[in-house]
Amino acid sequence: MKNFSQLIKALDSSNKTSVKVDALTEYFRNANDADRVWTIAILSHRRPPRPVNTTLLRMWATELANIPLWLFEESYHIVGDLAETIALVIPTTKNQSDKSLTEFVEEMISLKKKPDDEKREYLHSNWLALNYYERFVFTKLITGSFRIGVSQKLMTRALSKATGVDEDILAYKLMGDWDPKTISFQSLVIDERSEDAYSKPFPFYLAYGLEGEPEALGDVSHWSAEHKWDGIRSQTIIRNGHLYVWSRGEELVTDKYPEFEKLLGIIPDGTVIDGEILPWIEGNVGSFNDLQTRIGRKTVSAALLKKTPVIIKAYDVLEWQGEDIRQKPYIERRQILEQLYKSIKEFELPIQLSERITFDSWDDAMHEKAKSRELRSEGLMFKRLDSPYLVGRKKGDWWKWKLEPFSIDAVLTYAMRGSGRRATLFTDYTFALWQTNDDGTKELVTFAKAYSGLTDAEFRMVDDYIKKNTLDRFGPVRSVTPKLVFEIGFEGIAFSGRHKSGVATRFPRILRWRHDKKIDEANSIDDLKDLIPK
Amino acid sequence: MKQPLLAFNDKGIYCAQADVYLDPWRPVNNAIISHGHSDHSRWGHNNYITHHTNVPIITHRLGAINVTGKNWGETFTINGVTFSLHPAGHIIGSAQIRVEYKGEVWVFTGDYKTEDDGISVPYEVVKCNTFITENTFGLPAFKWLPQAEVMDDVNNWWAQNRAEGKASVLFGYTLGKAQRLLKYLDPNIGKIYTHGAVENMTQVLRQFVDFPETERVTSETKKENFPGSIILAPPSAHGSTWIRKMAPYVTGSASGWMAFRGARRRRAIDKGFVMSDHCDWQGLLESINATGAEKIICTHGYSDIFSAYLREQGYDARTEKTQYEGDEGEVETKADAETDEQV
Repeated sequence: MKNFSQLIKALDSSNKTSVKVDALTEYFRNANDADRVWTIAILSHRRPPRPVNTTLLRMWATELANIPLWLFEESYHIVGDLAETIALVIPTTKNQSDKSLTEFVEEMISLKKKPDDEKREYLHSNWLALNYYERFVFTKLITGSFRIGVSQKLMTRALSKATGVDEDILAYKLMGDWDPKTISFQSLVIDERSEDAYSKPFPFYLAYGLEGEPEALGDVSHWSAEHKWDGIRSQTIIRNGHLYVWSRGEELVTDKYPEFEKLLGIIPDGTVIDGEILPWIEGNVGSFNDLQTRIGRKTVSAALLKKTPVIIKAYDVLEWQGEDIRQKPYIERRQILEQLYKSIKEFELPIQLSERITFDSWDDAMHEKAKSRELRSEGLMFKRLDSPYLVGRKKGDWWKWKLEPFSIDAVLTYAMRGSGRRATLFTDYTFALWQTNDDGTKELVTFAKAYSGLTDAEFRMVDDYIKKNTLDRFGPVRSVTPKLVFEIGFEGIAFSGRHKSGVATRFPRILRWRHDKKIDEANSIDDLKDLIPK
Repeated sequence: MKQPLLAFNDKGIYCAQADVYLDPWRPVNNAIISHGHSDHSRWGHNNYITHHTNVPIITHRLGAINVTGKNWGETFTINGVTFSLHPAGHIIGSAQIRVEYKGEVWVFTGDYKTEDDGISVPYEVVKCNTFITENTFGLPAFKWLPQAEVMDDVNNWWAQNRAEGKASVLFGYTLGKAQRLLKYLDPNIGKIYTHGAVENMTQVLRQFVDFPETERVTSETKKENFPGSIILAPPSAHGSTWIRKMAPYVTGSASGWMAFRGARRRRAIDKGFVMSDHCDWQGLLESINATGAEKIICTHGYSDIFSAYLREQGYDARTEKTQYEGDEGEVETKADAETDEQV
C-alpha cells in the first residue's frame, strides 16, 4: 500500500504528463505482479465493487471524527471529494501499513458480504491505523475511481516503457474482459499473442484551421471538399477476421461501439478506414450531446443502442487489401473508398460515405458552408486532390474551414479562481440567462461556464468586480451580484435533460464584454432554445 | 435598546462611545489597526493606532500616515472606553484589540493563530464577554501539523530539487508567510533569493527578527545562480515572465489551502505545504473556549458554518459581514505584487 500511495501522490502532485509517466513507469518496474495487475485494473476503472455504501461511510466517518453529520456534509461540499473529506476529518497518525495493495483489495472484496458491524469495525481500525495520505487512498479504493488525470493511454505508455511491450499492442491487450482477481501479469501484459499486432492503427493526419477566406488556397480544381463532421474521429481496422476501432486520442474504443461488429465479414480483411463516429438519430446526424451519452460508457445497454445508434462517416481509406496506401494521392484513395462503399451499400451497414461536395468556385463552397448548421457539421474540410495521408497536424494539404460560433448575451453569476498563471484571479465564470416563471417572475438560470476570451486587463477588472461584489461563497466558488453582461460564443447546441437550463452548449467561451448592456438586456433561455437547429 | 459596545456598519467595526473604528475598510477619522495585511490596514484614515512593531510595516505600505504605536497591554482610554492590544500570533506586529467599557469586555482578534511560530509574539488568551473571531479555516477538515515538521518537509524538498539541478520557487504571501518560511529555511542547503516585494518587506522586519541572508532577484541576477537555490516569491509571481528565467524550476506553495488537493491542482503548483498563519479548527474552538466569552461573533471565513456549529455547542454565536478577505495567500494588493502586470 505504501508504494501504491506514493504512486497516487506522485500522480496527483504534478500536472506534467512526463512526470506522471515517469512515476508510473518506476512503479511498474518495481511493484510485485499482483499489485501491478490491480493497479492496471484500478487505473482502467476495473476496481472491485464498492463494499460499503456512501451513507454508511459518511456516518461511520463522522462518528470517528466526533462531528455532526451536517458539518461533515458542509465540509464535503467544500472539499469536493468524499474520500478526501473523510481522510481530512479523521484524527491523524503517522502510521503506515505494511499490507500490500493486493491484500487491501482482497479484504475489500470479502468485506462486501460481511455484516455492517464488521464493516464498521474494519473501516474504523484502518482509518485510525493509516496516515493521512494512505487513509485517503484506502478510502478512495472503497468509494470510487481515482481522478488523477491518468488516462488509459498514459498508463499504457508507462507500462510499455516498463516492460518493453509495444504501446499499441498493450492497448489492445488491456482492452475487453479480463478479471484482475484471476489473471496473471504475465498473461495480461507479457505473453505474445499472434492477434495482438493486427490491432495497430496508423497515426492520424490532422488539418489546420483556415484563417481568412479559402480563395488563398488558389485554383478550386486542385481541391476536394466535404463537411467537417462533429463527432469522434476514428480509425476502423478490419484485419484477420477482427474489428478494431480507435479514437483520435489513440484509444481503443471497439467495445463502446458494438454496432460496428456488423462490418466484419462484409468489409474485406486488410482494410483501414478513416472516418467520424456520429450519432444517427432517426435517419439524421444527431448532436454531439447525443454522442456524449455513448462516449463515457464502457458497456452499452440495449436500450442506449436503440436510443442513440452510431455510424461511421467514412473520409478516407488508409489500408486496402492488406497494403498501406497512405502515399497514394487522396483522390485515388477516395476512388477505392467509394468503390468499396458502392459494393457494401446494400447491406445497410452503420457506415456511410462522407460525401464530396461538387463546387466550381469558392463561392459555391461558401454556399455549402452555409448549410453546415442544418446538416450538423462544423463547417467544411478542403483536401488537396494529390495529397498523401500524412502524420500529425501538417500545414498545406488539408484545411478546415469552421463556422462562426453561435452567440448570446448572458449575465455573470458565479466565479471561481483560474489555474496556472491565472490562479490568483477569478477567471472561471458561470453565465446565466433569463427565464420567466409561471407566475410571471423572472430569474437568471445558469446555462454555461467559460474561462477564456478576455484580455488580461479585462480579467483583472472582472476579478476586481467579483471580489467586491461577492454575495456568497461555496468553497472555491463565489456567487456575485448580477451586473456584468458578456457575449458568449459556442460551437454546438442541443436540448439536454442534464442541464438546468434544458440546453447544452459546446465549447462555450467569452466573445466580448458587453459594457453597453444592462442585465435586463441579456438574452433569455427561450432565445437560446431558438438557436437549436430544428 | 442599549447600543452594543461594538457595532458593524458599512465602514468597519465601530465603537460609537469612543468614535473609533477597528480595522475599517473605508476611510474614517480614528482607526485602531490589528495588523499590517492590506484588508485590515487600509489607506485613507486620519489617525492610526497600532502595535509599535506594526508601525514600520504599515508605513512601508501606506506611506506617510499619522500613526501612534502602542505596547502590548498598554491601555489607552477614549471617552471612558479603555483599549489595549494583545498578541494575536498571526504575523509580526499582529494584535487582538481589547475594548472595555463599564466592566464589559469585547475582544476583536483580527487574524490569529495559536501555534508559536517563533517570529511573532505568541497568541495570548484574553478573557472577555464578547469575542469577535475570524474563521478563515473554520472547518473540521483543517488540522495543522507542527511548524517544525512542515519546515522539515520544505527543506527536504529544496534539497531534493537541488540534487536534481532545479531551482525551488516557494510561494508565500509577502508579509508574514514569506518571513516565517525564511526564518526556518536551512541556508546550508543553498542560496536564498527573494522577489523584490518579499525582499522589501523582509528588510523592514530585519530590525525585529534575525533572518538568514537573502539576495534580491534583479535583472542582473545570473541565470546560472538559480539551479539549487530557493526563491521566495508572492503567489502572484506564479506563471509570470519573472519566473521564467529560473527554469528549470519546481514550484511550491505554503498555505492552509494546500490542505485541499483541488486547491493545489487548480493553481497548478507542484508541491503544496500545509502551513497557515490562521487557527485550524481545533485552534479556533480551544481559543474561543479559553476566552470564557458568552457571545461569539464570527467575521470572515467559513463563518456561517462555524457559528452554526458553535450554537449547536451552546454558544450565543452569530455572523457579521465584513470586508476582510480571509483568503490566506491570496490577498495580493498591487503594493504586494510588483509583478502585477504579469498576473
